[in-house]
Amino acid sequence: MSRIFIAGMGAVSPAGWTVAALREALEKGESLPTQLVERPGWEKPLRMRLVPNPATRPEFLAHPRLRRTSPIAHYVVATALEATTALRANQKLKHRLGLVVCLQSGCVNYSCRFFDETLKDPATASPLLFPETVYAAPASHVAAVLENVTLASTLVGDPASFLQGVAVGVQWLEEDRVDACLVIGAEETNWILADALWRLERSAVLTAGAGALCLCREVKLSSGVELAAITDAQTYSSTINRTQAARAMREQLDQSTLLEPGRAELPLGPAARQRRPTIGHGPDAHPPLDVETSQELLCDGIGNNPRTDAPELAAWRDWTGQRISLKHILGEGLMAAAAWQCVAACDAVGCGRFDAANVSLVGSNQQAMGARFTGISRLSAGNPWGNIRS
Amino acid sequence: MLFPITPPPRTPPRVVVTGAGIVTALGLGWKPNAEGFRTGRTAFRPVTLFDVSRLRAKSAAEVDLPVTLPPNRLNPRQVARLDRAASLLLLATHEAWRQSGWEPAENLPLVLGTTAGGMSLGEAYFRQAVRQPHDYRHQAVRAVHYQPQVQARMVLDALDSNGSIAIVSNACASGANAIGHAWELIRCGQADRVLAGGYDALSELVFVGFDALQALSTTICRPFDARRDGLALGEGAAIVALETLESAQQRGVTILGELIGYGTSIDQHHLTQPHPHGDTTLAVIKQACATAGVIPEEVDYINAHGTGTVLNDSSEALAISEWAGHRATTLPVSSTKASIGHLLGAAGAVEAVICLMTLREQWLPPEVMFETPDPACHFPIVHQPRSARVNIALSNSFGFGGVNATLVLRRWA
Repeated sequence: MSRIFIAGMGAVSPAGWTVAALREALEKGESLPTQLVERPGWEKPLRMRLVPNPATRPEFLAHPRLRRTSPIAHYVVATALEATTALRANQKLKHRLGLVVCLQSGCVNYSCRFFDETLKDPATASPLLFPETVYAAPASHVAAVLENVTLASTLVGDPASFLQGVAVGVQWLEEDRVDACLVIGAEETNWILADALWRLERSAVLTAGAGALCLCREVKLSSGVELAAITDAQTYSSTINRTQAARAMREQLDQSTLLEPGRAELPLGPAARQRRPTIGHGPDAHPPLDVETSQELLCDGIGNNPRTDAPELAAWRDWTGQRISLKHILGEGLMAAAAWQCVAACDAVGCGRFDAANVSLVGSNQQAMGARFTGISRLSAGNPWGNIRS
Repeated sequence: MLFPITPPPRTPPRVVVTGAGIVTALGLGWKPNAEGFRTGRTAFRPVTLFDVSRLRAKSAAEVDLPVTLPPNRLNPRQVARLDRAASLLLLATHEAWRQSGWEPAENLPLVLGTTAGGMSLGEAYFRQAVRQPHDYRHQAVRAVHYQPQVQARMVLDALDSNGSIAIVSNACASGANAIGHAWELIRCGQADRVLAGGYDALSELVFVGFDALQALSTTICRPFDARRDGLALGEGAAIVALETLESAQQRGVTILGELIGYGTSIDQHHLTQPHPHGDTTLAVIKQACATAGVIPEEVDYINAHGTGTVLNDSSEALAISEWAGHRATTLPVSSTKASIGHLLGAAGAVEAVICLMTLREQWLPPEVMFETPDPACHFPIVHQPRSARVNIALSNSFGFGGVNATLVLRRWA
């Protein structure tokens, strides 16, 4: 059995165009400001958290492929470039990069613009807009910019599908079809999507952006973070509701933790660490911490809606470690938010603040999935699978 | 657990098809479709689903949906929420499921390809939000049910089953990629059986989009013909029940064919145009045949992507000709889009089922409107109905965005 490492991360969010900007916003722990967006036919505008314009125009926007693209393509390309910064410096890996782009709503800007033109007069609807309405468009643009993507796929689903995308990337690496694999979750906003979210979840504030993880099998390329577990997809059905699925996800994640190599050698056993007093809830709960007193983090998907959040809250009710609920700060970013959760988890481990971080994704209408990331040194201890690949 | 992954079997299991469901404008189910494809019947007619009076193209291959759905476990409220695309999907899945003889299960993975999901619901949402913004009726339901994963859940509910759902959206390669992904899941030991396929319904946005690109034929869809002037759109769905050979033999069920190879890659040339020399297409065909362990001389039929556009067909023709070499001069090729149009996210799955038909029934699907071959075609286009010995068939699918996929299927005898 081989191991999967995180080679890099990328993030575009309402906090800015880098992982550092995301980290800074999470450290501050304050909800980012909202903007008002006009909704046709309504006097009262909708609230959204928009991605700020970058301080300087990114160089990649000069790429001919991105000339007429919508914001989602810019977000995806920016995160891809950030997540592959280290890899792109390594000539050896320039040949085979996998790419999995995960979306829930996808290219809503051009879809709405094109359909608006269709309703006004289909004979004059713009042929420049239509190709950018396709789910697969962002992946295509990233592949064109990076030039070394040999295998690509776009997955659509609820936000938990981001971890399905990670699983696909792992599979490609396992089969040695690629040397590294980028997994990106992304969304863009417009008034119609905010209108739809408003109808389903009044208190949610829609936001946009992207998050990326770059997976690899070579420890020397890693950023100090290792993928430890991805649960099965706990799909909702007529007989399994979100609460049951979330609970099953949590149980499976706990079981995987118990099987981790080297766990017995850690200063605190899993049960002891789970029983540590709660230090806090939300963004204020994770200042830089002493390893001896705090080792695990939970990045959950809790927002501001008690009804929607109830299954996930119930599943993690007994979690006494630290947790971060980034939707309080950033807003509801759908697939992008799922990706940010994973990026925040990896970043917290990579920075050495935590030994391990769990990610809880209780999707809106498909499934619950969880993942766990750990520091590399931790799993190396007592590794029963032999030497780390290099 | 999806990770750490279970070590794959030392020898990947053989994967066979034990159920196939198909819905196209030629009919509902295997029999009417097989008869239609065998004879090269075309199913185009004036579009009735939306107004096309202001557009260049005015016809498509529309499906006549049945008044009632086959028996299933959905309640009346769920049935009322099925849009056209979900109905197509349910019909095809039901046929594949029934044929496979599978029982309801708690762990039945479903892998689907689609480009538009419940687009008609999204369109209805937009219309109402713009024209009657304060009218709340149906909007919340539309906002949820236009999402393909919700349609997929309905299908599993209809079968009284549960399992992981993966929705692949690689434009017109989606259906083939979905089947290929399912094949990989079984071969690497992550699943013993998978339902996989693709679906898409005609929608106004997509029809107008292709019309705006001037990609739609205003005459007749004639793939690989020197006088071709564009594609025709259609709608439909196809689902296959895939399982290990061992499982199928233990159950003693009829095996419709074996999926022996899959290749996929991405063409970075352009968002909507293939590389003019067909470089990626060639690479993907080679990859699929390498995994299948077959050489051009062993392939008896290619179901081409063959959209009928100038750029696609010339690029694909170059790739097939180069890959096949000397074999090209005698290798039968056709595009069944001449009969049912381009089914977008469903195309790859429908065409895989058509390949199963040719393998099972030993005929080749003709393009009866084909007249003058494009000079780039070094291979014969099947243009008349005929019987043939078909042991191995290959199906190509390419999508906007550049994802290419090829499936290789073998006769089970």
